[in-house]
Amino acid sequence: MLLTLRNESAGFGGRAVLHGIDLEVREGERLALMGRSGAGKSTLLHLIYGRLADQAALIPQAAALVGTLSVFHNVYMGRLDRHSAWRNLRMLAWPARAELEAVRIVLDGVGLADTLRSRAGALSGGQQQRVSVARALYNGRPVVIGDEPVSALDRQQGGAVLRRMAETHGTMILALHDIGLALDYADRIVMLDAGRIVLDCPAASVRDTDLLPYYGRGSYR
Amino acid sequence: MGAGHIDDPSRAFSVLSYGRVSLGFVMAGLLALMAADLGVTVLHPGAELARLLAGVVHPDLLAVGARGVALTVAFAVLGVSGGALAGFALSLVFHRVRFFCAAIRSVHELFWALLLMQVLGPSPAAGLLAIAIPYAGIFAKVFAEMIEEADLAADRVLPAGTGTLSRFAYARAPMLASPIGNYLLYRLECGLRSTLVLGFIGLPTMGFELESYFRQGHYAQAAGFVLVFYALIGSRRLWARVSTLPFLLLVSVMALVWLAPPVTGGSIWTALGRFLGHDIVPSPLRTGGALMPWLWAILRDQALPGLVNTLVVSQLAMIGMAVIALALFPLTAARFTGRIGRPLGRVLLVVIRSTPEYMAAYVLLQLLGPSMLPAVIALAVHNGGVLAFLMGRQADDVALRADAPRGLDLYCWEVVPRLYGQFLAYVLYRWEIIVRESAIFGILGIRTLGFHVDAAIQELHLDVAVVLIVVTGGLSMLIDAGSRALRHRLRLSDRPVRLSATA
Repeated sequence: MLLTLRNESAGFGGRAVLHGIDLEVREGERLALMGRSGAGKSTLLHLIYGRLADQAALIPQAAALVGTLSVFHNVYMGRLDRHSAWRNLRMLAWPARAELEAVRIVLDGVGLADTLRSRAGALSGGQQQRVSVARALYNGRPVVIGDEPVSALDRQQGGAVLRRMAETHGTMILALHDIGLALDYADRIVMLDAGRIVLDCPAASVRDTDLLPYYGRGSYR
Repeated sequence: MGAGHIDDPSRAFSVLSYGRVSLGFVMAGLLALMAADLGVTVLHPGAELARLLAGVVHPDLLAVGARGVALTVAFAVLGVSGGALAGFALSLVFHRVRFFCAAIRSVHELFWALLLMQVLGPSPAAGLLAIAIPYAGIFAKVFAEMIEEADLAADRVLPAGTGTLSRFAYARAPMLASPIGNYLLYRLECGLRSTLVLGFIGLPTMGFELESYFRQGHYAQAAGFVLVFYALIGSRRLWARVSTLPFLLLVSVMALVWLAPPVTGGSIWTALGRFLGHDIVPSPLRTGGALMPWLWAILRDQALPGLVNTLVVSQLAMIGMAVIALALFPLTAARFTGRIGRPLGRVLLVVIRSTPEYMAAYVLLQLLGPSMLPAVIALAVHNGGVLAFLMGRQADDVALRADAPRGLDLYCWEVVPRLYGQFLAYVLYRWEIIVRESAIFGILGIRTLGFHVDAAIQELHLDVAVVLIVVTGGLSMLIDAGSRALRHRLRLSDRPVRLSATA
């Protein structure tokens, strides 16, 4: 078992957001965390990342890029822990050809190869989100934990990025709001409502019409 | 997730708190007004003003010597750079040296200069240290704040196990480089003003000659100096950049070596030994008297009245500053003045903020005679101008909806409410600066703390001067702590706004 949560609670600002969470995640699972805004998805992801930090790459909700550095450097950051501090410093001033190429290939996978040397702060929101995904891909750790990693992309782009993530990372734990994408790319659906898990089932066993009621009056797609 | 911030009750609280803080300052200002001595004591202020204006209209630029200009720049560049270097080192261990930094920056550079000149004479070293020491304290605090407040989102996604140095180089330094560079250059401008003022008390900068022209009423020559000084500050962005810094440092060292007057007199170490071992040792300890009555007499007869007067001047100046800032900031905002008006407004405010308040108070004292009025006007106008300049820029950064109102409606309904938190933060930050300056104005004859410090130094009672300087520093630190506590409360309520700004 990769991760076991037993009756966990969590909160922020003195307010409990999650109550009595029981969750087990096996290696190789592709888990879609779903639920209304405010249901506690990000808090649960935060909790999970805390347990799996040394095996996981994180894609936070905001892209969390260093705007003044190039896209290359922002992606390279995913592997800072694998190299010596001196090598990292050198890479900051003079990126090595091999690393540039490796990062370019990763960026190509999310359709951003031509932005390698652009300033990350100058990119659009959707591009920044894909750089954030590329950083996690380049990180290459077995688990990827993502908080709405494709929310700023259209469905096709989002699907392509999720496919790419599934190729690189054995285990995926992603908060997603798009029911179609979740059913297509996840093999397990975990639905949160008001800080509790209200549904936990294989993706193959549900249809989109089964999930819609959890969002209330079909206000989501 | 976001819902946690949207219906945050602290936003309603913050409005209340802004109002209370503002009201508190207004009440303190009214109280100070009752205790203040604001008379015009010169019989014919108009006549002197007319002579001053005549001089301003015909400035004598030829009176300005290149040596004074070069030394002013050299003192500022080297003093500020030295302070920045020491300040950066201190900022890395700031939690351990917080009090030390607060203590060295709570003593104004003029007080440092007065003390250092007792040891080193009117030498370059005295001038450099007088700037570098308090600036190191300021830099340490600001750099530490920048490090603390840097956007940490990128830091959090770095893989677990990333080394400290790599973490700093990738996720912190890129965020810090540009604010630190900008701040350094901004401080250089402050350093130029400080250097000018150091000339007023005898160091060989432009201020030395400027003061003698002012004193003799040679206003044309004085105006020439002031114009050159404005040009120096106004063109700062052209000659002072991160890229020209090495060149500036080199030229400054050469200027000091060649142009500064040679140091005369005996060994520095003998002088330092006499200063520390004899001059600043309380006289009862030297002569065998009782310490406490001596200390009590200083506190009762000099420190307390000086303290009260310092606070009266500064609280009045705070109100004046706030009114001027709120009234003038639209002048530098394109939204209010349009394309043509804004450059003019900027020139006005650059002139206001480039004028060292010490010099302004000096001139106003000659015009209006000794009372608190010149000090209050000088402080309010200078700091109000600085604030207006900062807020004008912020006003242009405010993202307004396309159908936003115009003119006074825009000012009252959209811009001021949005900027008010920032405005209060600036005002609170300026509080300590104003108190420090109010104390210093005593050197000019207004009976704030600096008056008693200067008198003690004139009478060669350096032990008394040190006690009074410590009291002054303590007052600044107290005001700083109060300001920080207030800002902390207000900033807490600001947090949701900041989060949404980074998202």
